[in-house]
Amino acid sequence: MLLEIAALNGACARALDSDRLEDWPGFFTERCLYVVTTADNVAAGYKAGLIYADSQAMLVDRVAALREANIYERQRYRHLLGLPVVLGEADGVVTVETSFAVIRTMRDGHMMVFAAGAYQDKVVRGEWRYTERLVVCDSQRVDTLLAIPL
Amino acid sequence: MDQSIREASVGAWPPGLTRVPYWVYRDPDTARDEQSRIFEGPAWHYLCLEIDLPGSGGYRTTMMGAMPVVVARAEDGSVVAFENRCAHRGSLICLDDGGTVKDFQCVYHAWRYDLCGNLTSIAFRRGVNGKGGMPDDFDMTQHGPRKLRTAVICGLVFGTLSDDAPPIEDYIGPDVMIRLRRVLHKKVEVLGRFTQQLPCNWKLYLENVRDTYHASLLHTFFTTFRITRLSQGGGVMVAPSGVAHASTTLAPAAGPDDSYAGMRSDNQDLKLHDTSLLTAADEFGDGIQVQILSVFPGFILQQLRNAIAVRQIVPLGVDSMDLHWTYLGFEDDMPEMRAMRLKQANLAGPAGFVSMEDGAVGGFVQRGIGAAGGFESVVEMGGSDAGSADNRTTEASVRGFWKAWRSWMGV
Repeated sequence: MLLEIAALNGACARALDSDRLEDWPGFFTERCLYVVTTADNVAAGYKAGLIYADSQAMLVDRVAALREANIYERQRYRHLLGLPVVLGEADGVVTVETSFAVIRTMRDGHMMVFAAGAYQDKVVRGEWRYTERLVVCDSQRVDTLLAIPL
Repeated sequence: MDQSIREASVGAWPPGLTRVPYWVYRDPDTARDEQSRIFEGPAWHYLCLEIDLPGSGGYRTTMMGAMPVVVARAEDGSVVAFENRCAHRGSLICLDDGGTVKDFQCVYHAWRYDLCGNLTSIAFRRGVNGKGGMPDDFDMTQHGPRKLRTAVICGLVFGTLSDDAPPIEDYIGPDVMIRLRRVLHKKVEVLGRFTQQLPCNWKLYLENVRDTYHASLLHTFFTTFRITRLSQGGGVMVAPSGVAHASTTLAPAAGPDDSYAGMRSDNQDLKLHDTSLLTAADEFGDGIQVQILSVFPGFILQQLRNAIAVRQIVPLGVDSMDLHWTYLGFEDDMPEMRAMRLKQANLAGPAGFVSMEDGAVGGFVQRGIGAAGGFESVVEMGGSDAGSADNRTTEASVRGFWKAWRSWMGV
């Protein structure tokens, strides 16, 4: 199981890092929850996210907006993933947490640690897709803007 | 900074309000003057929400420009604020974002303050074993952090160091006060807090907020989904002092609108697969879809359909600033309304469909003017005055911002 989850995490991150954003929603079930938030917000019980999507279609829309509507400078991410830690399983859904760091490189070559934190995931066994992914960033600070999803 | 830019900056402001010289975004001396004349001057500064201070001893830390501030609820229920600086050696008195305390104690040498910021005790004041200690004539009442005047309005806490700032309602002005009360008419609840660090001078961001001309051009999402277009009804009001502004956009008229035909921002190919993002309620019952309100120098209230947020500007030197977002709902929200707010929050904020560009565009200007300290920008859309207007194809509110800034800065 650990291998399947690690492979899922790796493939999802690779889609984002290699500008195959259109593949990214496919790593989620049709009804899903994807929220980018921070450790402070989680601790305070605040529900709002920087990104908040409760369907795969909303993830598709975010990619479409990034491609066709939003203005941001050319940039790329490099996800560094930790080993998944399985926290439990119920009704075929595995609860798992994985550390991540994202280095962002801008078009002028400037690199920074853009985000670090933990993916708090619920993964459907067998299907190996996320039905829930909370991206809990350690820092509440976002440099300039968050365009490409984490 | 090179000498030619400094020379160009000395007293060099073209007549009228339609030109803004670029040195104002780059000059370190100007930034220092802003700290003393604006952030420590007779302006009102947003500090926190009243609900951040739920009871006696509740406190929150914030910034007035470069000055760290503690806001607290005193034992008598009043809201007080003081500089977050120990009277002894200048250390921060409070190290966290907020919490609840009985009193305040500096960690460095354990000097204590009551909830109002009065110095109440000094560790080893009488010395140890009869030796050392403070002089007998040391008067604690003469030592303490600077205290602020505070004002609470619509659940917002404002503060100022100056006795010369007018009452807060006069400062904001009656027209914009009506727009403020329209949104913050009952008890709010925090839904999330985020900080966005922008690579630009703080004034570039506040101009962007007041710039009713750009929104439907820069933000494709706005235009395509007709959240705000200049062809929709609405307008902008600017307080006579220039201190406060509010812009509104009404719901679109039925039928086709070709005023943006051919523009990048009107992307007919963009279709949402999940249209629940655009499901909104007319919760204020007046058809106003978007209202953006600002109070000079650092407060913004956003109502983007049902996405309500307070934004606070904190300058970080000449070419960087923090934008503190507090996403809000109302305490009595029904679950359906709360769910809509969480979804619509995707429109705003650092990753917002319609506002992520605002995080970057100030930086585009900051970099664009890297060698332009002796040049000036054009702020002439809609004429040359800074009054209210019944349309948004105008930069009147930006001119109002400069009117206020120049009166404070004596430029």
